[in-house]
Amino acid sequence: MDLKSKLEELFEQNQAKIKSLHDLDELNQTRINLLGKKGPITEVLRGMKDLDATERPKVGAYANKIKDNLQDVIAERKAVLEQAVIDQKLKQETIDVTLPGDVVKAGTPHILTQIMDDIEEFFIGQGYQVIDGPEVEEDHYNFEMLNIPKNHPARDMQDTFYMGNDLLMRSQTSPVQARTLEVHDFSKGPLKMISPGRVYRRDTDDATHSHQFHQVEGLVIDKHITMADLKGTLLAVAQHVFGKDRTIRLRPSYFPFTEPSVEVDVSCFRCGGRGCAICKYSGWIEVLGAGMVHPNVLTNAGVDPKVYGGFAFGLGPDRFAMLKYGIDDIRSFYQGDQRFLSQFQQEG
Amino acid sequence: MDVSYQWLKELVDVPVDADTLGEKVSRTGIEVDSVTHLGAGLKKIVIGKVMDLIDHPDSDHLHIAQVDTGDDELRQIVCGAPNIEKGQTVIVAMPGARIADNQKIKRGKMRGVVSDGMICALQELGFSDAIAPKAYSDGIYVFNEDLKPGSDALVALGWDDSILDFEITPNRADALGMRGVAWEVGATYNKTPHFNDQPVVEGDKPVEDYLTAKVDDVKDAPSYQMRVVDGVKIQDSPLWLQRRLWNAGVRPINNIVDVTNLIMLGYGQPLHAFDYNKLENHEILVRRAHDKEALTTLDGNDHELDSEDIVITDGLKPVALAGVMGGLNSEITDDTTTVVIESACFAPTNIRKTALKYNLRSQASSRFEKGINVADINNALDEAARLMAELGNGTVAKGHLSASAIEPKDTIVKITLDRINHVLGTDFDEALVTDLFKRLGFGVETHDGEFAVAVPPRRWDIAIDSDLIEEVARLYGYDNLPSTLPTTTMTIGQFTPKQARLRRTRKILEGLGLSQAITYSLVNAEEAHQFAIESSEGTKVSWPMTQDHAVLRENLIAGLINAEQYNVARKQADLALYEQGRVFLRKPGHVRPEEHEYVAGLFTGNLTSKNWHQQAESVDFYYVKGVVDHLLGDYRLDQPVEYVALKDDPQLHPGQSAKLVLAGETIGLIGRLHPGFEHAEGLPETYVFELNLEALMNADRSEMAAKPAPKFPEMTRDIAILVDQAVENAAIVKVIEQVGGKFLRDVTLFDVYAGANIEGHKKSLAYTLTYRRDDQTLTEDEVNAAFAKVTTALHDELGATIR
Repeated sequence: MDLKSKLEELFEQNQAKIKSLHDLDELNQTRINLLGKKGPITEVLRGMKDLDATERPKVGAYANKIKDNLQDVIAERKAVLEQAVIDQKLKQETIDVTLPGDVVKAGTPHILTQIMDDIEEFFIGQGYQVIDGPEVEEDHYNFEMLNIPKNHPARDMQDTFYMGNDLLMRSQTSPVQARTLEVHDFSKGPLKMISPGRVYRRDTDDATHSHQFHQVEGLVIDKHITMADLKGTLLAVAQHVFGKDRTIRLRPSYFPFTEPSVEVDVSCFRCGGRGCAICKYSGWIEVLGAGMVHPNVLTNAGVDPKVYGGFAFGLGPDRFAMLKYGIDDIRSFYQGDQRFLSQFQQEG
Repeated sequence: MDVSYQWLKELVDVPVDADTLGEKVSRTGIEVDSVTHLGAGLKKIVIGKVMDLIDHPDSDHLHIAQVDTGDDELRQIVCGAPNIEKGQTVIVAMPGARIADNQKIKRGKMRGVVSDGMICALQELGFSDAIAPKAYSDGIYVFNEDLKPGSDALVALGWDDSILDFEITPNRADALGMRGVAWEVGATYNKTPHFNDQPVVEGDKPVEDYLTAKVDDVKDAPSYQMRVVDGVKIQDSPLWLQRRLWNAGVRPINNIVDVTNLIMLGYGQPLHAFDYNKLENHEILVRRAHDKEALTTLDGNDHELDSEDIVITDGLKPVALAGVMGGLNSEITDDTTTVVIESACFAPTNIRKTALKYNLRSQASSRFEKGINVADINNALDEAARLMAELGNGTVAKGHLSASAIEPKDTIVKITLDRINHVLGTDFDEALVTDLFKRLGFGVETHDGEFAVAVPPRRWDIAIDSDLIEEVARLYGYDNLPSTLPTTTMTIGQFTPKQARLRRTRKILEGLGLSQAITYSLVNAEEAHQFAIESSEGTKVSWPMTQDHAVLRENLIAGLINAEQYNVARKQADLALYEQGRVFLRKPGHVRPEEHEYVAGLFTGNLTSKNWHQQAESVDFYYVKGVVDHLLGDYRLDQPVEYVALKDDPQLHPGQSAKLVLAGETIGLIGRLHPGFEHAEGLPETYVFELNLEALMNADRSEMAAKPAPKFPEMTRDIAILVDQAVENAAIVKVIEQVGGKFLRDVTLFDVYAGANIEGHKKSLAYTLTYRRDDQTLTEDEVNAAFAKVTTALHDELGATIR
C-alpha cells in the first residue's frame, strides 16, 4: 500500500471514530494519539524518507492536508461535545421562573406628602419659592396681619388652639404670606411663593374633621398681577393635579385677606362633570379658596397697595387626597395603618 | 339664612324657579347651600272643619269627628288628640294621603268605628319640634281662621314654598334680612325691589308720657330708638305671619314676639319688646353693667355681668343684655298690654364678647356683631309698631324716643376704570361698569374715567375700591373673566438646601424600606416628653379638645408608637415606619417653643418573612443601627457620630440603647424599647431611633474631593483578641486606630464570640486590618512592624489576650 492510500485509510478510519466519540477527554486522547509525535501520521511522514525526491513534497503536502482535515473533524466534534456539555449544564440549571421572587421591601411616601410634592413640583416649575413657616404662630401673623382683628366675626370661621393670649397653633398657612411679605425686597423682583404645611383647628376628630390637617398657601405679588392670572394659575394647577381635561369655575366667597374672594370648583374628575356620587351630582367639586390680596394685608406688611398687588390661594391636601382616591375617613391619614400607608405607590 | 322663595317674590321680581335661582345666586353672590321644597312627597292633605264631635263609645280618649272636607258628605274620622273641638278648622290627611316619612293613610276602623282619614299635627307633616307652635305640640294643629274645607292644607300652611339656604359669610350680613336678599337677587337679574311700605298710624298720647330713654355712651349704642304700643291684646298671630316665621325656621309665639321676629327677618334689624308695666321705673338708660350685677335672661339663666357688657336698664336695674337677650323680668307675657319696642345699633365688639362669654349667641347678636343697615333702624321700628297695633288692636303712642341716632348717609367710594381693568385683567368700558353699579342700586357719577360710587348704608361692607372691584367681577361673572398666567420678571423656583435635605432624608428612609407616617403634633402630656433628645419645658394648649391632644410633642417616637399600637391591634406584626416632622422645644423663661425638624423610625417583627426561598429575618439593634448609619453617611459629617450606651432612659432597654453623640452634642437616640414599657403598652419587641436633623444639617460637612483609585495593592492582617465582656468595640477600634500607623486604611470587625471555650466574663473579637501605601507597594516588614504595635497596645491598654 502506498503512503497516500495509507493516509486515506487513516483518515477514513479515524473520521468515523472521532464522530462516534461522546466524551471530551476521549476526544482529546484521540487527538493526541492521532496527531501527536507518536501518532500514525507522524509515522507516515517518517516513512517519507524512503520516497524519491519528486514524490516527497507531494506526499508531504497530502499528509499535512490529511492532518488538517483530521484536526477539523476533531474541532468540529469538540464543538459539538462542548455544546452538549453546556446544554446539559443549562438544563441542570433551569429553574421555575414562576416561583415567587424575594421580598425586597421599599417604603412608601405618605399620600399627603405625595400630593404636596406634586404641587410643589408644579409651582417650582413656575418659578415659585417654597417657604416654610412656624406651626406655633403669633395671633399677629395668623390673624391681625391678615385683616382679621381681634373680635372680628371672621374669627368664627376657624376655631383655634391658643397657648395664652397671643400664641396659637396656626389655623392656616396664610401667616407665612404675611411673614414673607414683610421681608420681601420688591426691588429685587416679584414675590411668587407657596407654603405647604400642617395646620390646626379646634375640631373634634371624626370621619370628616381633624384637629390637624394640611394646607398649601400660594401668593404672587408684583406690579401687575390680575384676577385673570389667578384664574389661569388655578386652572393649570387643577389640571396638573386632577388631570388635563379638568376645567374650573369660580364662585364668590369671603376671606378677610382677599378681595375679591372666590371659591374654586374643579369639574368632577370621576364623572367628567356629568354628575356622580363624588360630586354630589353637581358635576363640580370645591377644591380651594382664592382671591386678590386685600390692600390692608399689603399695607400691614409695609407694601404699597397702590403699586403692588396680586393673588393668593389656599388648598387642602387632605381634601385633595380624599377626593382623588376616594378616602372616606380623614383620620386614616394620621393613624398610621401600614396597609393604608403603603398602598399609595408613587405615580408618574 | 332660610330664604322663602314666596316671600322673596313679593319683594322683587324673580324670573326663574327656586332651583335656578339658587344656582345663579351661588355663582354671582352668596352660596345657596340647598333648596328645599317644603311639602315635597306629601299629598292629599286638605283643610277640614270639625262639624260634630262625640266621644268614642269604647275608648276613654278617642273621639269620633264628623269633618267637612269639601265633599258631598261629612267624613267620619276617629281622632285621639286631646285638643280637638267642634268647630275647629284642621288638617286632614285623606285616605291615600302621604304624610311625613312617606307614611300612607288608609281608611280603617278604630275600635270598631270607621275612620276615613286622619286629623294631623304639624309634626306629622314633617314640621320640626323647634318650629311648631308650642300650643299645638301635644295635639292637632288648629287654624285660627276659617278656610275653605277641601282646599289644599299645604298651601294654607305655606308648605308649597321653597326654602333657599343662604350661607351668609361674615361680610354679607346685609343679606341676613329679606330686603337685603331682594336687593342681591335684584342685582343679579337687573330688577329693582319693591317693598310697599305703609305709614304708621299714631295715637294722641305722646311717647314721652310713657317713658324716657338715654344712652350713657353713644359708642356703645350709636343709635337707640323706642316706640310704645298701648292697649294691645296678646294672641296668636294670623296664619300669614305664622307661616312666614316657620318657613324661616322660627317658631311662632304670640303676635308681639312674632312681629319682632318678622321685622328682624325682613329688615335684618333685631328688635326687642319690653312689657311696659313690668318696668319698675320708666327711665330707660343704656349703660355698661356694674361688676357682678345680676340679670336673669329670657332663657331662665342667671348671669353675673361685668363692665364690658352693655345693658338696658329701667333706670334702676338691667332689663336686657343689649343686643343679645332680654331679661326675664320684662318679658312679654299673655297679660301684657303695653309694649315698648326697641330698635337700635350696638357696638359690635361688645355684643360679640358678651354673647360668647355667656354662650348666648342668638340671631340678634350675630346680626349686631356683623353690623346692620343703619338706614332701616327707624323704618323697622315703625313697621313693628304698625303691625303690633294692627295685630293686637292697640294704639301706637305719638312719636318715638331717640336716645342716640345715626344719620344714614351714602358712602362715596372712588375707583377708576383703569384700576378695575388692571386688577381683573379685563378691558371693560365705562358703560358696562356703570350698568353693573346701577344694577346694585348704587349711585354713579363718572368724571374723567373715575367713578364716584354712592353706596347706600344697606351695603356697609363696601368701603374701598377693592370692594367695588369684587362687585363688578361677580356680577359680570367670574366665568367670563379671561384666563392667563402671571407675566413677571423671571424668578427662580428651587428648594432651599434645608428643604432639599429634608426631602432627601425621606427618600433615603423609604429606599431602606420604611414607610412614611404622619402622626399628630398634639399628644398627651406623658407622650410629649418621652424620648427627649433636647430639653424642653413643655408647651400646652389652653383649651384642648381632649387630653390625648393637649401638649406639643417633643419627640416623634411616641407618635410612631401610637401608630404601632394601631397596627398591632389590627394584627400587623411587621412594621417599618418613619416620620419626619417638627418637635416643639420650649426653653425656660420662653413662651414660644422652638421648632426643630426631627426624624424618627420604628421597627418591629420581621424585616423579611420566611418563604420558600428566604429565611425570616427579625429586626434587631444592629439592623436599625445600620439604617441610621446609612442615613448619617448621606450627611457626610466631618466628625464621626459616636454611639454611647444609654442606661437610664425609662422607655428604653438599659442594655440595648444608645445616644448618638456628634462633637459632644447628643443628636439622637437608638435602641430597643424597655421590655417593661413594651409590656405596659401591649407592644411586641420594638426598636426605635430618632435624630435631630437640625443638628445634622448645621454640623460641619466633610469636603468632597476626588481621590484617584489606589495604584498599589493592599495588605491585610487578621487579629483575634480576648477581652473582658465590658470592653466595647469602640474602645478597641480606637486603640487600633491610634497606634495603627499612617498606612492603616481600615479596621473591620468580622467576628464576635462568647460562650463555649471562652472564659465566662470574656469575649473574643476578630478584626481585619487593611494597610496600603499610596506611593509604593508596602513591604511585609512595614506591615509586620505596624501590626506589632497594634497587638502590643491592645495588650497593654485593654488587657487583651491575642489569640
